[in-house]
Amino acid sequence: MKIVVCIKQVPDTAEVKLDPKTNTLIREGVPSIINHDDKAGLETALQLREQVGGTVTVVCMGPPQADVALREALAMGADEAYLLSAREFGGSDTYATATILAAALRKIGFDLVITGRQAIDGDTAQVGPQIAEQLHIPQVSYAEALRAEGDHVIVQRQFEDRSHLLQVQLPCLVTALSELNQARYMSVGGIVDAYAKDVTVWGFEDLKNDLNPAFIGLNGSPTNVFQSFGKQLRAPGVVLSGLSADEAVDAIMQTLIQRHII
Amino acid sequence: MDFKLDKTHLLMQEMFRRFAETEIKPLAKEMDEKEAYDPALLAQLQRYGFFGIPYSRQYGGAGSDTLAYTLCMEEVSKVDASTGITISVHTSLCCSCIDRFGTEEQKQRFLRPLIDGSKLGSYGLTEPGAGSDVQGAQTTAVKDGDEWVINGSKIFTTNSGFADLCVVFALTDRTVPAAKGMTAFLVDLKGTPGVTVSENIERMGIRAASNCIVSYDNVRVGADRVLGQVGKGFRIAMAALDCGRIGIAAQAVGIAQGALDEAIKYAKERKQFGKSIVSFQNSQFKIAEMQTKIDAARLMTWRAAIAEDNHEAFGPYAAMAKLLASDVAVEVTRFAVQLMGGYGFCREYPVERMYRDAKITEIYEGTSEVMKMVISGSMKLK
Repeated sequence: MKIVVCIKQVPDTAEVKLDPKTNTLIREGVPSIINHDDKAGLETALQLREQVGGTVTVVCMGPPQADVALREALAMGADEAYLLSAREFGGSDTYATATILAAALRKIGFDLVITGRQAIDGDTAQVGPQIAEQLHIPQVSYAEALRAEGDHVIVQRQFEDRSHLLQVQLPCLVTALSELNQARYMSVGGIVDAYAKDVTVWGFEDLKNDLNPAFIGLNGSPTNVFQSFGKQLRAPGVVLSGLSADEAVDAIMQTLIQRHII
Repeated sequence: MDFKLDKTHLLMQEMFRRFAETEIKPLAKEMDEKEAYDPALLAQLQRYGFFGIPYSRQYGGAGSDTLAYTLCMEEVSKVDASTGITISVHTSLCCSCIDRFGTEEQKQRFLRPLIDGSKLGSYGLTEPGAGSDVQGAQTTAVKDGDEWVINGSKIFTTNSGFADLCVVFALTDRTVPAAKGMTAFLVDLKGTPGVTVSENIERMGIRAASNCIVSYDNVRVGADRVLGQVGKGFRIAMAALDCGRIGIAAQAVGIAQGALDEAIKYAKERKQFGKSIVSFQNSQFKIAEMQTKIDAARLMTWRAAIAEDNHEAFGPYAAMAKLLASDVAVEVTRFAVQLMGGYGFCREYPVERMYRDAKITEIYEGTSEVMKMVISGSMKLK
């Protein structure tokens, strides 16, 4: 099975700060990581490969610095990596980003595409579904479990109050929740290998046969964030009951750690 | 000359740091209190290649280098010095002997499982009556037909509580000094008749590490388990210690940096006299002084590591790095406790453990006094 995982390099929000004037993320000096959902998707891809064979390819659109995210994916065990990086791609919204990624995916070829549900810096959850639309393939979003069966995958899709089990014909696209899998670490030998391999860098020229310049980049983006402002958060909250004081503290601490609040 | 780590080493440092913070740090306190290393953590370290960093792919290693190994040692020791010594003894003392002096057959048979993460190694040189004075060793190996029969007792054998293999040094010729009459043997610690491993020795620091007395009572090994030439064991032992000193220097740097980081974090939060204690110039100047010393020790450690990677003579560099770094570790951890006052003295915070852990770096793999002998010996003063 040829599995392609789309990953995004995002600022580590455990340490991120907002610019008080613009309410946008201050990215300077903030460590970058692979988006959590994407990493869970990558882990799933690696496990699928172990089970059914095949290859795992990672694709990332971003600035040249995103190379390190791809190296990390290689060090975790991915077979090959593509970086989509060009001036023409800059300023793309989700639609334009999906357009570019879809063009790259058509060129790379795939049986299964896995993306994260959403990126922690943008939180749109749009790029995965948009890629599937552009590729005219079926999609299942919010995957919390996934297994392969012949030329199908069985995906458990999470809803707020229930789950759906779907059987999907390959080729298809799945968007992964962080809960889908606990990602492995890079291995020491994997890091050595990651830098011995090439990361293929594709610019506009490499994809131009399949890309209309009018639909990519800042000018090709139908949406534009023109203002960002803070708001009072009112989360519904979770009620934990029947716990002792110690258990309650443990449960709260675990949640805070899992969400990278502390 | 470039003091920057390259991309590969930076990513390794990042990986070691993440792993240490997430997997090791939460267990360090409990392992120290229980005086036992967590077997699940050990398995994780093996899985991710922590036990074969500088060794060749040809034998199942990670194919990296000594510099990467020092980065690993620093990052793990920042949160838990016991993890540091567990990795160091395996890598520097046990595996380096086989890598440098083993036959091709011995490398395939003994080195491969050690560095591919399936088995764990240890090193038996020190005896109850022979520490810095290796010449005082009493353990013997006598040839009996095709086999050797080992008798004696080794103390402070790190990893021996769970290690599979030990490089054991025994006298094969008592008519000459140990430097000429010692031979290295590869002994399975598990399941070999005559091998007895004691309980973990109760210690002041690195309490989670396994450090036992190993007794050899008529232990019979075949000639295929002689490492290097008969009578050349002393050279093997000393060569391994040179490697080991780089690991300990990096461990000491890690302990120091870990303690300073913890103390700074605390000093930013702790308020006295209406201000955070980090806002006092005395705190700032002391922190600056400590960070400077740590950086000096780190650079010396890297120099020794790079010299080893370049196949240059690195023994004196390693000794200097260890001499400085161990001194810095003791000083910085003492300061970290002091900066945190009464809380630094409490088990709730990790600096008291780090203070206890730091001391051993001035002792093992050669004491600071032995380091001065090595360094001055290399200076042709006599």
